[in-house]
Amino acid sequence: MPRSALRHRRGAADLGDVTDTSPAHRAAERAARQSYGKLVAYLAARTGDVAAAEDALSDAFAAALVTWPTRGVPQAPEPWLFAAARRRMIDMARRRRTREVAADWLLFAVEEAAGMDLADVPDWRLRLMFACAHPAIDAAIRGPLILQTVLGLDAAAIAAAFLTSPTAMSQRLVRAKRRIRDTGIPFRVPDRTDLPDRLDVVLEAIYAAFGAGWPDPSGLDLRRQGLLDEAVWLGHVVIGLLPEEPEGLGLLALMLYAGARRNARRSANGDYVPLSEQDPALWDAAAIDEAERLLQRANTYGRIGRFQLEAAVQSVHAARRTTGRTDWGAIVELYDGLLALTHSPVVAVNRAVALGQTAGPAAGLAALDELAQDPRLAAYQPYWAARADLLAHLGRHASADAAYAQAILLEPDTAVRRFLERRRTRIRQNFS
Amino acid sequence: MQYMLAIYGNERAAESTPREQTTEIVNAYMAYTKALQDAKVLVGSNRLRPTSAATTVRTVDGQTKVLDGPFAETKEQLGGYYLIDVPDLDAALFWAKRCPAVHYGTVEVRPIWVM
Repeated sequence: MPRSALRHRRGAADLGDVTDTSPAHRAAERAARQSYGKLVAYLAARTGDVAAAEDALSDAFAAALVTWPTRGVPQAPEPWLFAAARRRMIDMARRRRTREVAADWLLFAVEEAAGMDLADVPDWRLRLMFACAHPAIDAAIRGPLILQTVLGLDAAAIAAAFLTSPTAMSQRLVRAKRRIRDTGIPFRVPDRTDLPDRLDVVLEAIYAAFGAGWPDPSGLDLRRQGLLDEAVWLGHVVIGLLPEEPEGLGLLALMLYAGARRNARRSANGDYVPLSEQDPALWDAAAIDEAERLLQRANTYGRIGRFQLEAAVQSVHAARRTTGRTDWGAIVELYDGLLALTHSPVVAVNRAVALGQTAGPAAGLAALDELAQDPRLAAYQPYWAARADLLAHLGRHASADAAYAQAILLEPDTAVRRFLERRRTRIRQNFS
Repeated sequence: MQYMLAIYGNERAAESTPREQTTEIVNAYMAYTKALQDAKVLVGSNRLRPTSAATTVRTVDGQTKVLDGPFAETKEQLGGYYLIDVPDLDAALFWAKRCPAVHYGTVEVRPIWVM
């Protein structure tokens, strides 16, 4: 099999013919889902070479699909796959010029010769995530890199979610992996002093993956829909391995709260439903309950952070399912805290909207006016939509009309665009 | 792994630095070098004369030419380097952050290509 073909077959998500339901194929698929990231992490951490680990593992899965149907599925698929991938890496090392091969590679050969088999592959996925989210890696590629290496998503699926071309995404992923190898980025969970900062970067990358999966509420794009679940799964991995880091708990809670509303974002006929008009009965109660527990657990550590605050905002929104109302005062306070922490213009817009609810539309608009000079907001749809709503409430219909026009222009989602157009039509009837 | 910490700074600014401040910087470098030695990570280091002492050789239209001046006119110039041997990039960055150059210039961390 040519190497280029292997590269395209890479990944737990892609094991060839998905309609094949033979037991061997199902076992391979199950093993791939459960073990892919673990095996890549262990092989890559020992050699520093992520791409080689992926290639070796891809070969191991291909070998499994050939061997298992005739000889039966092994009792422990993971050690079997590890042994097969290790064999491949030894072959690769032999073909390379020896001086290019680090001593770690040769250890694989020693282990194999000594018949050393792993009963359990150590779980080094967190180390892999920290390598992918290293400060020396371009911030924009950290999320995609984690999705590919830990989850096995192929470049095309990631490119679709991050709105770039598969070729460009693929090239950037290849470059980033080469950079990890060539610059000697360590596969290590940072020590206590560096951990909070470095963990933030990992959490940001996971949240970026979640965010990339979010704008497809219709579920038409299955690859994106999957991304939400995959990001939540990564959140579980992080808190499983670092159970006492409150920001990890906060991020998972945040993703669960948001994910709980995914099916309430559209009406039966596909119209956009804003949060304030959603029927709480359509929210996933179990996911919200889990998020509440996680957030409470995070609070016990007394170390507040961005993700805990954002989760807390979601918690206030979620409370509407029992109280029937939204405590906007609490939301303003939480956004005050977030703003002090992040200085994010996006947070400032959300805070202005909340302020519009507690102190009236004029106060909300005044808060937005303070942000008008920020160039980052000029192309930010929610800023214009918030402006338009507040202006409409104040009866300033001509200004509201212009702001809606801007928001509609910036919104890529047709359902949201239709919603904004309806609102625009409503105020137009009032002044034309 | 071996890494080169390449030190870039503005030569013009360095020329006009007051004497006592220059002494301070030199002392900082001596302390830094000693720290690298004590940690047994230092492979080698050198300070370079300014780019006004540089001569450049390159081939133009098949002719090898000798030109006075540096490779390129830049705002900051290569002024010296440390070559260190450490386990990984994080260790190299640990030392780079402690280099006196970060207070007035830039430290570029580059892994050595093992041949």
